[in-house]
Amino acid sequence: MAIELYRIDDRLIHGQVIVGWGQPMGLGFLVLVDDEVARSEWEQELYRMGVPPELDVFFASVAEATVALDKWNDDKRPGILLTSDIDTMVRLVAAKKSIRAVNLGGIHYRAGRVERLRYLYLTGDEVHALLDLERRGVDVTARDVPASRPVPLSALLEGKGEAGAA
Amino acid sequence: MSDSVSIVLAHGQLAAGLVSAVEQITGMGSRFLAMSNTGMSGAELEQQLRALVEKTGAKVVFTDLPAGSCNIAAFRLLRDKDVIVVSGVNLPTLLHFVTHPQLTPEEAATEAVERGAPTLRVTLGTPRGN
Repeated sequence: MAIELYRIDDRLIHGQVIVGWGQPMGLGFLVLVDDEVARSEWEQELYRMGVPPELDVFFASVAEATVALDKWNDDKRPGILLTSDIDTMVRLVAAKKSIRAVNLGGIHYRAGRVERLRYLYLTGDEVHALLDLERRGVDVTARDVPASRPVPLSALLEGKGEAGAA
Repeated sequence: MSDSVSIVLAHGQLAAGLVSAVEQITGMGSRFLAMSNTGMSGAELEQQLRALVEKTGAKVVFTDLPAGSCNIAAFRLLRDKDVIVVSGVNLPTLLHFVTHPQLTPEEAATEAVERGAPTLRVTLGTPRGN
């Protein structure tokens, strides 16, 4: 089954991931790629505390994930890989060409970001980084939960995102 | 229970709905402050919850979904705040908590969970033939 979803979400592990995506796909494991969390046992314990016991959670820096990705993709269970920001996913994709699709699941407002969808706010630099991902052949699609319609990057940058949402 | 209010932090409008139900049943809805996670990043949610705890002196934070962003934001406060986090909140839990003001926050939260958790149950019908 391997990693079925590569998701950028600034909340990392939360309800939409565990329940919204996790339940219908029969999620077996989560990979949380974040250099800071990978260095902090307390952060890791925090994320493990509420996760159902049958779900494995792996923590890795970008460098560690680059090495371990093939092993996770050999896992018989379906998995989700999470990063909290675009830059982390871009670095991972640069190192692992096998990643062909990236899901934009939640990037929230902060100064300098412009609303693209109700759950997606992007700076100009972040837009360029996503366009660059697409130029490398990666399919970039916004979709917060499986029940909503996927919004391709081109559509959301043209302001057609909300109209395309379910 | 101390004089401080408690916080109910949940997805969508759930917290506001639970607090309104507590008010309808007991007239004690003002003992809770409702907060939603809608539209917030994890960092912003933690920041706003932290500010609310500091402003109100709340000792107990009720959250809905284990491993949800509300739950994780509340867990983050455990590192440096003297607060108690309850996960999987339901209405009977809040009702028991609010109607036992003589208990300490820890006793009230523990007892409320013991009483609230078993109220979630399945009851099957017994249809009779014609």
